[in-house]
Amino acid sequence: MIELRNVTKTYPNGTKGLSQINLTIEKGEFIAIVGLSGAGKSTLLRSINRLHDITEGEILIDGKSITKAKGKELRMIRRNIGMIFQSFNLVKRTTVLRNVLAGRVGYHSVPRTLLGMFPKEDMELAFQALDRVNIVQKAYSRADELSGGQQQRVAIARVLAQEAKVILADEPVASLDPLTTKQVMDDLKRINTELEITTIVNLHFIDLARQYATRIIGLQAGEVVFDGPVSEATDERFAEIYGRPIQQDELLEEAAV
Amino acid sequence: MKAQSELRQQPLRPKAPVKIKHYFTVAIVLLLLWGSAVQTEATFGELIQGLPNMLDLLKEMFPPKWSYLDNIWAAMLETIRMALLGTTLGAILAIPVALLSAANIAKRKWIYYPVRFLLNLVRTVPDLLLAALFVAIFGLGALPGIFALAIFSLGLIAKLSYEALETIDPGPLEAMTAAGAHPIQIINYGVVPQIRPHFISFVLYTFEINVRAAAVLGLVGAGGIGHYYEVTLGFLEYDKTCIIIIVTLAVVLLIDYISSKLREKLI
Repeated sequence: MIELRNVTKTYPNGTKGLSQINLTIEKGEFIAIVGLSGAGKSTLLRSINRLHDITEGEILIDGKSITKAKGKELRMIRRNIGMIFQSFNLVKRTTVLRNVLAGRVGYHSVPRTLLGMFPKEDMELAFQALDRVNIVQKAYSRADELSGGQQQRVAIARVLAQEAKVILADEPVASLDPLTTKQVMDDLKRINTELEITTIVNLHFIDLARQYATRIIGLQAGEVVFDGPVSEATDERFAEIYGRPIQQDELLEEAAV
Repeated sequence: MKAQSELRQQPLRPKAPVKIKHYFTVAIVLLLLWGSAVQTEATFGELIQGLPNMLDLLKEMFPPKWSYLDNIWAAMLETIRMALLGTTLGAILAIPVALLSAANIAKRKWIYYPVRFLLNLVRTVPDLLLAALFVAIFGLGALPGIFALAIFSLGLIAKLSYEALETIDPGPLEAMTAAGAHPIQIINYGVVPQIRPHFISFVLYTFEINVRAAAVLGLVGAGGIGHYYEVTLGFLEYDKTCIIIIVTLAVVLLIDYISSKLREKLI
């Protein structure tokens, strides 16, 4: 369970990134965070694993405060939270397998990982993870030889090998075409239902959010302006929130045509 | 046609920038060159007057005394060994220095500014002066030469590496941080794979330079082939000097060739 209590983020220049956010996210939920660019979607997601520090409030992960955690304690909390990025963030010069194994380093001592010696179980986990996203054939290819969609699936495998209990995905399909978008979102959804991994995805497309999520959170200027089930997140409702009709480029189906 | 183009309203075009700055720069550079020549009393007249002397020297250099080759092989090999050890030692020392100098890795200004300052300080000392200093400390021989080359290599490799470090993709570092990796693990898995080929290339390049540098370190008593330059020149045995020059040239060319081929393969 993830709890955000009165979370506020003010940048040094005074602009508010997030203001007074209160959310409770239960285990196994598939949440889509939608909003215009600059609404604070990415800031919110990166606050959860503390890639960004918040200025007020507190964030609890399974009852432990990540806001107050330091050093090893912080790393232990982060180990349970996998992250997927818009630009994949793989090491391009190394093999797919090594990229996936990199997700395991949090479980081992520094000297052991310096030698690159991973136990057999880790290799097994890595291969299983690659199998789950149907990319096991590419295990020994260099990451930069893969297409964008394949690289994103490797990134998902890295999170699976990490044995994360939560997945944060920051615009995971923003640099992919509609077909690979569907494959990657299908993978995320399957992992969410099969392994009961809580998944929080930032999405630009409202229809994509409706298609995959169980709950939608709408952000505007750093505030939660919508929080409810998919059935309530209609175009009309969002038109009301945004103060203008939903535009074509905010819908994947329309943009694809 | 003409009428049509007149009808279309012409958008305002920006004025071409004034070129006076370029002319000014060229004038200043020329002035500096001329001034330097006057101050150092370097004239073309003297160059031409010196030509006969140069020809005499060349005449005395030929035919080279090939038998002298046996005497200098050991010193030539020592030169290469000095370059090898100096470069390796410097490369190892350069790793932490480069990491601490890179703003994206050290992150804190109070770390990377002082380290960079020290690095720049080290780089201002010429290698020959370093060698002379170490000879004063450790005495004659190859050891002071190796230390001098190590310090020189440290400066060069650390400088090139930290600049390369600052251009790496921050994505993998962010991903490793998010996965709960220890700072050393972040460097090992996010930074090292990105910088490794560049680093090896810098080390090879430094080795090329060090072979050439090691060849003259003997002039200040820091071992290697340089000692033989001094001796043969001192006794006016130019035919022997010629052999040393030929051997040095051959070795440097060979090492440069191999090293640059290797570097091509890396990046």
